[in-house]
Amino acid sequence: MKHTSNRPLSPHLQVYKPQITSVLSILHRITGVALAVGTLLVAYWLAAIAGGVETFAAANAILGSFLGKVVLFFWSWALFYHLANGVRHLLWDVGYGFDLPTVYLGGKITVGASFALTILLWLIA
Amino acid sequence: MAEFTLPANSVVKTGKTWAAPAGATRVKNFRIYRYDPDSGENPRWDTYQIDLDQCGPMVLDALLKIKNEIDPSLTFRRSCREGICGSCSMNIGGTNTLACIKAIDAFDGDVQISPLPHMEVVKDLVPDLTHFYAQYASIKPWMQTQTPAPPDREHLQSPEDRKKLDGLYECILCASCSTSCPSYWWNSDRYLGPAVLLQAYRWVVDSRDEATGDRLDNLEDPFRLYRCHTIMNCTNTCPKGLNPAKAIAELKKKMIERR
Repeated sequence: MKHTSNRPLSPHLQVYKPQITSVLSILHRITGVALAVGTLLVAYWLAAIAGGVETFAAANAILGSFLGKVVLFFWSWALFYHLANGVRHLLWDVGYGFDLPTVYLGGKITVGASFALTILLWLIA
Repeated sequence: MAEFTLPANSVVKTGKTWAAPAGATRVKNFRIYRYDPDSGENPRWDTYQIDLDQCGPMVLDALLKIKNEIDPSLTFRRSCREGICGSCSMNIGGTNTLACIKAIDAFDGDVQISPLPHMEVVKDLVPDLTHFYAQYASIKPWMQTQTPAPPDREHLQSPEDRKKLDGLYECILCASCSTSCPSYWWNSDRYLGPAVLLQAYRWVVDSRDEATGDRLDNLEDPFRLYRCHTIMNCTNTCPKGLNPAKAIAELKKKMIERR
């Protein structure tokens, strides 16, 4: 809200304790933004195919480099986190899982699943 | 656009320390947000060292001890001291709760106390709740009927219908949940926030109320209801153990069901 009076605004992010509820929520948004940016990489890779053998080889070299792999690793984690937390949001949207123990358990499962699926993907890829 | 930092006049400086009396054995530091509207100075953190052997068990006991014995200028709201009035809601140790039902020994180190977050501060721990109450009034928190009550008695309700109000009627409007919600921090000019939406749902599910359609119409808005992103800070912090996030989800379901 726009701050208009001379009264000070009480501290918010400065004092509020990070917790599994708010941290996983902001992670959902951050990974969503990261995925949108990451999709540009996919578009670049596809465009490189259309560009011919040489541009495709160059794109593969960039994405296959150590730095490229690090980026792709985090991109895949972002994908799996957003996917798992998205399922959690779908369940909430139909009215399930609002009691706090379920919220905590679901959050832990989401984080665990995102790492497990990422590692699994890189093991079989 | 959300502003993540505090405005220049709101940055909290370091204040003074009020030392514990000599001979105190069980000393606890209370770091308390202070703002004096008459001084024109920025808010500050004052530290009060309290001997817990000379203090009651709850955070409110410590605040009262400070006000009565150390620094009478410390200003805060309190009334019932048993978690039923909602006056002493504040941010204690990083989450919002009621000072009267929060035990001091729930905190290992220092106890930091500030007003409800992202609110205009009137003085010290007293936030301006005018806007919050205006939002509450906007959902018309009273029973609306067309059908007159039977001449010899009130509108009746079956035990099953009455049960639907459990977990809703207990809300004491302390604003802990609304001011824990990042969505409410950034959009409280248009988003109603968890406390008011829980109250809105309380009237929507009341079998005796006949204005359900109007109530839902009023919430059909990109901001009033739909700024809830199921962050769940509200349910996590409610000192009464209620579930505003669940109530909001039920409202969203009602919006879909009536299409």
